[in-house]
Amino acid sequence: MIKRLFLPLSLFAYAALPVLAADHEIVQSDRAFSKQEISIKAGDQIVFKNDDEVTHNVYSATAGMSFDLKRQAPGASSTVPFPKEGTAEVQCSIHPKMKLLVHVTK
Amino acid sequence: MQKYKRPTAVPFPADNAYTKDREFLGKTLFFDPRLSRSHSTSCASCHNPGFGWSDGLSKGIGFGMKPLGRHSPTILNTAWADLLFWDGRADSLESQALGPIASPGEMNMPLDELIKTVNAIPGYKPLFERAYPSAPINADTIARAIATFERTVVSTQAPFDKWIKGDESAISSDAKRGFDLFNGKAHCSQCHSGWNFTDNGFHDIGVRSDDRGRGAKLPLDSMQFAFKTPTLRNADLRAPFMHDGSEENLESIVAFYDRGGDENRPSLAPEMAPLHLSANEKQDLVEFLKALTSRDNPVEIPLLPR
Repeated sequence: MIKRLFLPLSLFAYAALPVLAADHEIVQSDRAFSKQEISIKAGDQIVFKNDDEVTHNVYSATAGMSFDLKRQAPGASSTVPFPKEGTAEVQCSIHPKMKLLVHVTK
Repeated sequence: MQKYKRPTAVPFPADNAYTKDREFLGKTLFFDPRLSRSHSTSCASCHNPGFGWSDGLSKGIGFGMKPLGRHSPTILNTAWADLLFWDGRADSLESQALGPIASPGEMNMPLDELIKTVNAIPGYKPLFERAYPSAPINADTIARAIATFERTVVSTQAPFDKWIKGDESAISSDAKRGFDLFNGKAHCSQCHSGWNFTDNGFHDIGVRSDDRGRGAKLPLDSMQFAFKTPTLRNADLRAPFMHDGSEENLESIVAFYDRGGDENRPSLAPEMAPLHLSANEKQDLVEFLKALTSRDNPVEIPLLPR
């Protein structure tokens, strides 16, 4: 008879497992972002989903955190990693009223 | 229909709240040609109430009677604008106002000379004192006053607005069909959205022109040859149209969109495509656009201080 050893899951809580980066979703709809500010951890990603009826172009010109998702047609989704700490000012180039502040912390 | 409801109040920024004195001072400055080096050009020269606050020209006329690079945009309803100029380079009416004044090609009045000029006109002192008590007459107070006046330039009720409220006799059946086309087959509302018929956004619509527009300020692919979406309210008072005044009238601009613009380049907005409109459909759209014109009161030209 083989003894099976079932280790309680709680033992693993103290093991050196990598922290999983989280995905956050920001939706574009009615020519607006679903949030105006979001706080995430360095290493997390934001999924920008275009749920609108028009094309958007999400970008950030913040030094060290810049990106350009180019045109997103209605229905498209793009993922942006945020590896560095800081605050990125994100906008839609086509609709400049659409603004989002991304606060990235450790 | 809710999205077409006109706002009930004009927004003013917290750091430049409305007062009657600020509006009066701003209007006086707006119509004062002494703010230009030649003493013959005021803001109202290119933003003329007689032409829907544009100037009826393809491109404006600048210092030394030289044509300018772009068509004069209207100041109508700019209280709700986000960015100003065709290329969005100013982020407030306050910062926009000094641009044409100081621009060598336009009013050609450097700001230090502007301040000296206005300070040297005794009649301005009480107007500034009432509008901005204890503040000096300088670029800041000049710009803030002009911006305050500009925010009061608002279109009043158009026949379209009466129809939105429920008056079926307010617009013709041609115009009603035009409204359906505007939102449907012609999909104009994708950019000319909301009560002011603008998304305040930037799109390359394929006008045949080398002008990079917003692309010269914001170097993204989508912004090349992109210009600000103007309001369509009172459009028929301020032909010609486009950033270069290349479309003569409402009929020709509908024809421009019907053919999907004139340049098929990478930056062309995906919303642009041939529409295959019939002659009647084009006419219906024109009738609808005319229904967006309000009969505003004529503007009284201020007496200028000495």
